Amino acid sequence: MSWFDAANERTAREILSHYPRPKSAVIPLLHLAQEQEGWVTPQAMSEIAAMTGTTAAEVLGTGSFYEMFKFHPVGKYIVNICTNISCQLLGGEDLLNHAESTLDVRAGGTTDDGLFTVEDVECVAACTEAPCFTVNYRYFHRANAETFDEVVADIRAGRSPLERGAAGDIGELPEHGTLGRIRQHVPDDRRAGVVPPEEVNGAPAWMPEPVVEEAL
Amino acid sequence: MTSAYIPHAAGYVDNGGPKIVTSRFAHEDSFTFERFLATGGYVGLRAALAMAPEDVHAQVREATLLGRGGAGFPAGVKWGFCPEGVWPRYLVVNGDESEPGTYKDRLLMERDPHQLIEGCLIACYALGLSQCFLYVRGEMALAQERIAVALNEAYTAGYVGCNVLGTDFSVDITLHWGAGAYIVGEETALIESLEGNRGMPRLKPPYFPAAIGLYGQPTIVNNVETLANVPWIMANGAASYRKMGSESSPGTRLFAVSGHVKRPGVYEVEQGVTTFRDLFYGETYCQGIRDGHELKMFIPGGGSSPWFFTEHLDLPLEAKEVGAAGSMLGSGAIIVMDETTDAVKACHRMVRFFARESCGKCSPCREGTSWEEKILARILAGHGRPSDIDLLLDVGDNISPGPYPVAAHAAEGLDAVPFPPRQTTICPLGPSSVAPITSTIRRFRHEFESRITRSDGIPVSAANTANSPVGAGS
Repeated sequence: MSWFDAANERTAREILSHYPRPKSAVIPLLHLAQEQEGWVTPQAMSEIAAMTGTTAAEVLGTGSFYEMFKFHPVGKYIVNICTNISCQLLGGEDLLNHAESTLDVRAGGTTDDGLFTVEDVECVAACTEAPCFTVNYRYFHRANAETFDEVVADIRAGRSPLERGAAGDIGELPEHGTLGRIRQHVPDDRRAGVVPPEEVNGAPAWMPEPVVEEAL
Repeated sequence: MTSAYIPHAAGYVDNGGPKIVTSRFAHEDSFTFERFLATGGYVGLRAALAMAPEDVHAQVREATLLGRGGAGFPAGVKWGFCPEGVWPRYLVVNGDESEPGTYKDRLLMERDPHQLIEGCLIACYALGLSQCFLYVRGEMALAQERIAVALNEAYTAGYVGCNVLGTDFSVDITLHWGAGAYIVGEETALIESLEGNRGMPRLKPPYFPAAIGLYGQPTIVNNVETLANVPWIMANGAASYRKMGSESSPGTRLFAVSGHVKRPGVYEVEQGVTTFRDLFYGETYCQGIRDGHELKMFIPGGGSSPWFFTEHLDLPLEAKEVGAAGSMLGSGAIIVMDETTDAVKACHRMVRFFARESCGKCSPCREGTSWEEKILARILAGHGRPSDIDLLLDVGDNISPGPYPVAAHAAEGLDAVPFPPRQTTICPLGPSSVAPITSTIRRFRHEFESRITRSDGIPVSAANTANSPVGAGS
């Protein structure tokens, strides 16, 4: 019995099928585990280890390198406020201070109701639209204290704040753990075929045979 | 609710110039398969498939397409580094955009994902690459969705997968999500991450993963913007591409200008013919520094590049000239700061970034960047010591020995030290942390000194102690 639920178990199998070596699926599967539970549990790491032919320690070793993986419960909504240079120049730090005082939480912490985790993050690639913050990795451009308060009020009231971001995202704001709401799906009859590198013999079909020059 | 819904992220500004990678951005539905096909989509791929793979490679080499990720290495040359007869070979697309100030790959992925996919297909065809991994930064949820949709459509329509368009060219493109680590933008760290490991750069040599890369196989790693140029080159030919831009830097480039300008934005700019001054003050570009303020300094190529000042405004946006002047165009990220900017604070913020993002593999970087950050933090807090300025430079010298690349300082009669820096580390992250320090100390040393020593000669730290109840009498 897999730790993943039935739908995620199928997704996990498809993810594994995309990689020539199963260990490459460790990071995508950690994302999937976080999507299911909101954070990466020890049971999830054991399951991923079993699926990828690694150990739970290796899974933790890889996962703990990356900021997006949380190894303890966090808020349903992770608010990432950029304070890197482009945002700093236009008030990113003020926005962070505002978020900390409004939500009564220090950067890195989670509100008592378990709704918000606030993080002071590095450049999120929205520099011309500074200052900027993201909620569960959905962008809010040219933000200020007012935008921030509106987004928080939306979430508390059960409304989607996404369109306030003016960043192209629409629909519901998923809870923490869900990244792309649409995944890659390759129909079996369209696959070129993923095989381990050691099972590949010779050049692919469309590459011409190299011309062997006659020895003089 | 005031902010109107727009179907794509803001940032891109049309400056009326020639367009290669942003040609579809005028359409709100630029990311859809229908729009792509209606606007020349897959014309480049069809042209490529009608040619021999080596001729496709020759076109890209002839176009002198320079890498857009930071180092600016010619893609066609990099493509030629795959050892003969070693199979399989892979393509890894670097979509882990996270250099401070850089905002272009996210736009390209969100607003024209099919163009990127077409570029990947052409590269795979030219070099015999049997699988492509599209590594998208973890934090970019919308880009992940748009690429997933685009890939699903392209697979179903026969552009990706087995027997592309009925030919014997077959390739799988796999969308892979990162998980938050700046260093993974370094190509060997990217490969480590893709293999399921901690994203730490590999020891060099080999200098290029084209020799030994993913799973030990020949691997081409290209930036998103680099590959987004390839369909245009195949559809229009290398000669047309070379007609734009300058001799050594042909074509156009995306520049993200952020900070204290009136109209920050992402501009597609013809390389070599446009200057920083045009970009900052031109009516079709940023329209000047914000009202009532003047330029103090700017970062020309992302957080890793040495800073420029007013006397560098007339340099063209061209890799060679900017390199000779002591900096780099890097990832096309320009951060403009006006006279209200505190040089020490800005320097500290950049250094804090490198200290947080150091992967910890090389001691000079792991230890050095944290010490740089701590020293700058104490100067900012008013606890700086008179020796701290030299100490900062000394720590920097341990990471990047010898003269560090700097811009010329005309007032002192000092010449520029050209890019790139030397390094005691495997990758350029550590040496990059030295850029803000040498840039600001060389130019604004008085700002550091005034935070350390008062005009009456009393150290700020001593004055603080005298006034502080904790320090009194000690």
